[in-house]
Formats: sequence, structure tokens, C-alpha cells
Amino acid sequence: MREVVAIGCGMTKFGELWTMSLRDIFVDAALKAIKDAGVDHIDSMYVGAMTPGLFVGQEHIGALMADYLGVAPVPAVRVESACCSGGMALRLGFFEISSGYSDIVLVGGVEKMNDGADATYALATAADQEYEVYQGVTFPGLYALIARAHMHRYGTTRKQLAAVSVKNHRNGAMNPNAQFPQEVTIEQVINATLVADPLTVLDSSPVSDGAACVILASADLAKKMGVRPVKIIGSGAATDTFALHDREDITTLKAVELSGEAAYKMAGVKPSDIDLAEVHDCFSIAEICIIEELGFTEKGKGGPFTEQGNTALNGKIPVNTSGGLKSKGHPVGATGIAQVVEVVEQLQGKAGKRQVKNPQIGLTQNMGGSGASSVVHIFKI
Amino acid sequence: MIGIVGYGSYLPRYRIKVEEIAHQWGRDPETVKRGLMLKEKTVPGLDEDTITISVEAARNALKRAGIDPTDIGALYIGSESHPYAVKPSGTVVAEALGAVPNVHIADYEFACKAGTEAMFVGYGLVKAGLVKYALAIGADTSQGAPGDALEFSASAGGSAFIFGKERVVAEVLDTFSYTTDTPDFWRREGAFYPLHGGRFTGEPAYFKHVLGAGHAILEKSGYKPEDFAYAIFHMPNGKFPLTAGKKLGFTKEQMEPGWIVPLMGNTYSGSSPTGFSATLDIAKPGDLILLVSFGSGAGSDAFVFKTTDLIDEVRDKAEKLREMLDNNRIYLDYGQYAKYRGKIIMNE
Repeated sequence: MREVVAIGCGMTKFGELWTMSLRDIFVDAALKAIKDAGVDHIDSMYVGAMTPGLFVGQEHIGALMADYLGVAPVPAVRVESACCSGGMALRLGFFEISSGYSDIVLVGGVEKMNDGADATYALATAADQEYEVYQGVTFPGLYALIARAHMHRYGTTRKQLAAVSVKNHRNGAMNPNAQFPQEVTIEQVINATLVADPLTVLDSSPVSDGAACVILASADLAKKMGVRPVKIIGSGAATDTFALHDREDITTLKAVELSGEAAYKMAGVKPSDIDLAEVHDCFSIAEICIIEELGFTEKGKGGPFTEQGNTALNGKIPVNTSGGLKSKGHPVGATGIAQVVEVVEQLQGKAGKRQVKNPQIGLTQNMGGSGASSVVHIFKI
Repeated sequence: MIGIVGYGSYLPRYRIKVEEIAHQWGRDPETVKRGLMLKEKTVPGLDEDTITISVEAARNALKRAGIDPTDIGALYIGSESHPYAVKPSGTVVAEALGAVPNVHIADYEFACKAGTEAMFVGYGLVKAGLVKYALAIGADTSQGAPGDALEFSASAGGSAFIFGKERVVAEVLDTFSYTTDTPDFWRREGAFYPLHGGRFTGEPAYFKHVLGAGHAILEKSGYKPEDFAYAIFHMPNGKFPLTAGKKLGFTKEQMEPGWIVPLMGNTYSGSSPTGFSATLDIAKPGDLILLVSFGSGAGSDAFVFKTTDLIDEVRDKAEKLREMLDNNRIYLDYGQYAKYRGKIIMNE
């Protein structure tokens, strides 16, 4: 396998982008990434998107985006794995270069969720239609079940859940691309409108429009170009039972654990080697479970670990320095790539006010559904 | 001088509280009240509709104007709840007021800004010298589907303004209209209730047009926000007008007298005109007043008015808006409300 590096990044602001269509959003991010990388062509592209068909009535977006980006006839395909569509697009681009087939690949993610579609319905298609959705459960409901079980089993408190949102909003307040760059307090999170007990609206990631793109290249080519690349040293993906109720333990996200293990093994690093991580905090409880599965803390200790500040910007392992899905926004298909944009910029020392001090190794974790799919990547400067 | 020679409003006496509607649908009342900044809304009685509301409001306007109804050369009603799909509301109102037969009549529809459309055209006809007086009315028995967010706000009421050249109480100094094709809220022919684009009704619809018209009329007229004594912005809920006003540079004190939505609800075509009516009730001679409506679809009409010395003479000649809001209220429970609004339909 050849070494693969990220040589350029670009993203749109996340939020309600009323004046931009699906293709406008993607092309905006893609052009920024191409400019940042300084390349004059790409060999192929992968576009992560969860359900543009339901959100804006458009499928076949690989070809659409290649056309509007002006790169046709390069091969282009849309990648779908619910909310980790972006992370999976990155993985495919990584394989294409590491296999030696291509030298420069654009991997991107996009979603336009604010265009009149019923977002809760569209998102729920990533859950089990026959055994979950038909019974009336939604994603906030599924994650609320996980939260309740975690609280019951490990003594995780309401305040500890809220501490995730407070920390992510504090980071997001320093991110110019964040949809909600406002700081919030523990009390505001707990007293916000209830979505699914115990989760309030401030425990939940928002409905967003946005896109993010990264240009990948072979290390050899990057060397010739003279850029300071960020290496992808690990990639892992896994799946779990599709429906939450089929799991032996609903507080454990097995796919996250296994995708993390695979990435650590490939990279030859341990959880303690990671200097910062962007993880899939679609709900506050998700971040608590994920930092446990990735080995940043012991199983069941994610709540106090967060509350004590270990995942803060200046903590032991800074998590979601971008603001995470909660504050930065969660255009589902774009999220996995936006996580990469943050980690690459942090490793390059370009993260501005939210810069972590001299990080060497960063990790991204992107997840689909209630954890039925997960993908982890590890980066090194 | 061209402007308003008489104004008047009417609100039904029935009310329903936000708590009562929230309870019906299992919503937390405090969350709704905080989110929409609403407390209660008006409900039309069983024998009230846009026509009866228009007649009452127009009679109050005539009391203040003291003119002969037969001198009204044009009568326009803006509403999105005209009782008939075909057959005008205006003819019934003109007949009731004694303004027939030498009068031009039309019903207007432009979602929530149909009232200011009527005002704009009425003012224009007087300015052109085609009519001596023009009566412009914005009135609605607003529709909101059961369980929809609109149900907390959709209310009933209206206001009437007589435009003329003599004995003007509020001169029109400037107008501006700002319109695009923005489908944020609509009701198809035959449908009971409107549909809307959720959050799309905010930034790209309400705010774009209200701020667009607001900025444009400030620039065109040369006035600055601090020159105005009062400002009224369309009130789909409590929050939007205050946010829009603040963005344009107005203070809560300038908006407070016309900010009647927490107790009245959104009377659609009658919303900003009724806020304007409530403001005229307390304005002093020489006050500058900004009025900006909004109608989904979408557009905003903006007016700059300046009150004259005569405002003090006419205001007590009819019931004031705050009196209508505060007095003589009858509270309904949800069952009564459903009956009054025709929401109970027999399957015969």
C-alpha cells in the first residue's frame, strides 16, 4: 500500500444556507479545497451524502457534482452510509490512492437539509424501518434510550451529559464556520426544550446545510509538489446490529470500538498517543459513549471524564475542537469530511483561536444511525 | 397634504390562552410562550367573519373621520379569509356603511400584507385625484391548522384607514414596496388551512423582506431610526418584529405601543395595520411613525407617517385598541374554540 496524504481542505459555513442549492454548496467547498491543495486536476472523486433524494429530490450526485465542479469526465460516485457517508467517502478515496490506481482524489461530503423536507423523517430512514421506525421511534428517541441506560448502569448524570454540549459550544464559539457559535451553560442545556427525555434540544445536533472537501494525494506526488502533507496512517470501519434493541448492551457502540481498534492497529498507535479527536456527537450521550469505545477513558467513565475537563481544548485529550456536530452543525453527509478538515488544520497549526498546542496525531470518528456503522481515521503530521 | 383622515379597529371579545392550546396538544406552555412570545389570542365569535370585522373597524374609522360615507370613492379589503371565494367582501361592507353605489370596490389577497396593499392603493388613488376618500381595510379570521405552530398565533381582528386630503391626522411622507417570489407559506384553493415551510418562513422570507423594505424606505426618505417616535413591523409572533426592528436600529420602546401580538395574536392582514392603529391611539402631533408589513409569497410594504395636530382631536371619538384588548374578554376552552372556529366537522 502506498502512503496517502491530505494536501488541501475546504468547507462552507454550516447552517441554514437558504441562498445556496445542493450543488452550489458542494462546489463552493470543492473549489476551496482544490485551491488550498494547489492542484490543477483530480483523478476521481467520492461524494458522501446521506439522502439528497429525500432532502431535495436529487440522486445521482456523483456525476452531478463532477459536472458542476467542471471536472467531468473524471469518475465520480456518491457514497452512502447514513451519517458516516463522508467518513466512508474518505476511506474509499484513501484506498484508491493507496492501491496505486490514482494520484489525486477529491473526497467530499454534502447535505442540504433545509429545503422544506421533513428532516426527522428523512433521518429516520437510517434506522430500522421495520423494527424501529414503524413503532414510532426517532433518532432522538434511540439516543435517549442509550442515555437512560448509561445513566442507570454507570451513574452518568444529567449534568455530565450537558457538559458535552457546553464544551462543544465553547469550542464552536471560536469556529467561524459554526452554525451555532454561541456558548451555553449547563443550566441552559438542562432547561432547554425537551426532545426525548432526558435529551433536550441543546443535547442534540442541529439540522444543517453544508459541505466539506479534502484533496488526497500519494505521498510521492505531495513530495514533488513541496507541500507539508498530513499523512493518513490508519483507517478502520465496522458495522454492528442495525437495530438498537438487538444489541447485547445498548450502552456499548461496538462498531465504534471495532473501527477504532482497526485504525489503531493499522496506524500502530494507542489511544494515549492521540493528541486530538473529532467524534460523532450527534447527541451529547453519543460523545460520552464514543470516547469510552475509543479508549480515551474507561467504559462507563465518559461522563465524569468530560465533566472534569479532560476533553476540553486544553484537556488531556481535546475532543471536538471544531465545536463538534452540536455547535458546528451536522449536514449529515458533510460531517465526516468536516471532521477531517478540522484535524488536518489542527495538525498544520492553522486552527486559529481553538488551536491545540503542537498536536502530532489526530483522529476522526464518524458514525451512521444509532451506531450500526462507524469509521475511524488517524492522521499524522 | 395626503394621508389618513380617520382610523379604527375591531377585535372580537373572545380569547384563548396559549396554555389551553398547548395543553390540548401535549406541548409545554412555558416553552411555547417563551419561544413565540405569545400569551393569548383573539377568536372570532360564531357570527363574525372578515366582513363583520371590516364593518366594525370601518365604522370606528368613520367616527374619527367624521365624513359622509357617500364621499368614499374606493373601498378595498385585504384579507386571506374572505368569506367567499367568488363574490367580494367589499360590497357587503360598503352597503353596511352606506357607501354604495358610487364607489370602486376590490378585495385584495397577499397573505398577511393584503391590508397594507389596500392602504397603498387607496393612498395612491387619493394622491392621483381620482377619488375624494379611499377606505382601506386589513382584516382576517386567520387560519391555523389544529396542532400546527400557527394555531398559537392565528387570530381575528382588523383595522380600517380612510385616506383623504382634508383634515389629515397622519400624513403619508413616503412609501416603499419590496417583493420577490418566495413561497414560504400558502393555502391552495379549497384547503382549510395554510401550509408553510417551517424555518424557511424566517430568514429568507420574513426577515429578508421586512429588512429589505425597512432599509430601503429609510434610505429613500432620508430618515434615521432615531428620528421615529414609533415603528410597527408585521407580527407573526412576538419575537420576529422585535428582532427585525432591532436589526434596523429601533428600540423596544419605539416598538412597544404597536407590539400588540402577545395579547392579540396574529391577525394576518390586520396585524401590522392594527399595531399601527394602536400606535396612533397614543401618538402625539408631529410624531414620525414607520409601518412595515409582511406577506408570505412574499413582500413588504413600508410607510412613513407623520401625525398632525388633529390626531389629538380624533383619537377619543372611537374605542382605542388597548381598550379592546384589555376589556370585555371572554375566555374559551379548547372545545369551545374548536366549535367557534368550525374545526368540528360532522361526517354526514
